[in-house]
Amino acid sequence: MSDDSSVLSLALRLLATGDDNLYAIIGLSMRVSLAAVGLGCLLGIPLGAALAVLRFPGRTVVTALLNSFMGLPPVVVGLLIYLLLSRSGPLGFLGLLYTPSAMIIAQTLLVTPIVAALSRQTIADLNDEYAELFRSLDLGLAARLGALIRDGRYSLMTAALAGFGRAIAEVGAVMIVGGNIAGATRVMTTAIALETSKGELALAIALGLILIALAMAVNLMVLGLNNFAQRRAYA
Amino acid sequence: MICLVRLKSIVGSATGVAGAAFLAFLLSALTQLPGSAALAADNSILVQSTTSTQNSGLFAHILPLFETQTGIKVKVVAVGTGQALKNARNGDGDVLLVHAKAAEQKFVRGGWGVKRFDLMYNDFVIVGPANDPAKIAGMKDAPAALAKIANAHAIFASRGDNSGTHKAELRLWKLAGGAAAAARGSWYRETGSGMGATLNIAAGIGAYALTDRATWLSFNNKRDLRVLVEGDKRLFNQYGVMLVNPARHKHVNAKQGRAFINWLLSDVGQSAIAGFKVKGRQLFFPNAAPGS
Repeated sequence: MSDDSSVLSLALRLLATGDDNLYAIIGLSMRVSLAAVGLGCLLGIPLGAALAVLRFPGRTVVTALLNSFMGLPPVVVGLLIYLLLSRSGPLGFLGLLYTPSAMIIAQTLLVTPIVAALSRQTIADLNDEYAELFRSLDLGLAARLGALIRDGRYSLMTAALAGFGRAIAEVGAVMIVGGNIAGATRVMTTAIALETSKGELALAIALGLILIALAMAVNLMVLGLNNFAQRRAYA
Repeated sequence: MICLVRLKSIVGSATGVAGAAFLAFLLSALTQLPGSAALAADNSILVQSTTSTQNSGLFAHILPLFETQTGIKVKVVAVGTGQALKNARNGDGDVLLVHAKAAEQKFVRGGWGVKRFDLMYNDFVIVGPANDPAKIAGMKDAPAALAKIANAHAIFASRGDNSGTHKAELRLWKLAGGAAAAARGSWYRETGSGMGATLNIAAGIGAYALTDRATWLSFNNKRDLRVLVEGDKRLFNQYGVMLVNPARHKHVNAKQGRAFINWLLSDVGQSAIAGFKVKGRQLFFPNAAPGS
């Protein structure tokens, strides 16, 4: 919009008036994306670590595949999950379509390759650094992976944050599998898309500002915790 | 040194606690959500509907009335009519409320829907930039107006998404001589998006467009677009409602879906529809057959 200050004040007014709907939408956005990032880390970090440490034929191809999956189009992922979870699909009996669970599944699929690919890089670098140490200690694979993940945890946080950025900002997947149902599956990005299609551009941008502020808050919190922990660890 | 070790272990246990809390959160996110959804499923229905009914605010006006009267929660997925039909066919909804009569009748004939009822109507209008390069303002013949747009090679923004409005537009182009399809990519632009997104584009580039009146009246980014052609009988826009066939999809909440349809067709539902106004204007006109 032409008048930036009015958009900013609209965003602040939306937050300040304590609209229950808005808080519910913010809450669901955070819940879905944080859960997706958590699951993405549980799956992606071990996957990335294994790929960094293990030597097997076709490793380069798998790595290239993983790296290109960082750019999975959310709409395509949404469509795939829709086809899986639709009542006519193979997992339709679960009744998960148009629920937050479906949204978490879709976003996990988007986040996991990002976390895995970035973890792989971090851990591969660390693995080179530790190569001699590991050889001299004659450690088993599990112990080596454990040590690498533990010592790389601050860099791995960046991977998790990159995954969070992807999840909180995407609209294509959650729109299709969530359905943007008021009071049930509406999140910040789908609300912004809806307001845009109603021609309520100022409101859409105000919601966008709130979304950016949320992402910043999460990043600041994680970085702050990191700094605190690091200072303690090396004190 | 001892102090250092203790500090480390404190930090260690702190991250351990945080990690455990996060795991618990993950578990609850995964286990509770489907649980609560399943619980809600007993007392809620899913309606596949169109963007015009949602974006205009109709549902926000009538659903609270229905919900307080019956205690049944209505969840609406608002997409184009083409996609709504497809979703309903897959069984991803209990009730279908759209506006493309021929496609709806085909849906019922195919056994996907139980019975179709006329619910309400409004009309389509042709909007365009105030300077009106094709000089169609005030015309009462919609196909003739489209033919003039084609002759002038004036830009026309089409939905291009197989929605009810898109189907209506294609019918009108056919009556106008079918010049549009050949001009795809030049003056005839298919947005492949919803009504609001298409109006945003039309407003941005000064294009003509066909829109339902409900979306138009509640749309808030008109800029210099205005209604240029209206009142042609062929611009009639009928909405229909039907239950997704429970014989086809076992999980369909037929009882409460029927309750919703009956309410919409009843005097109470019909006057709730008539009572919905934006800026003092009625957007939908109920026309359910009496006793249906």
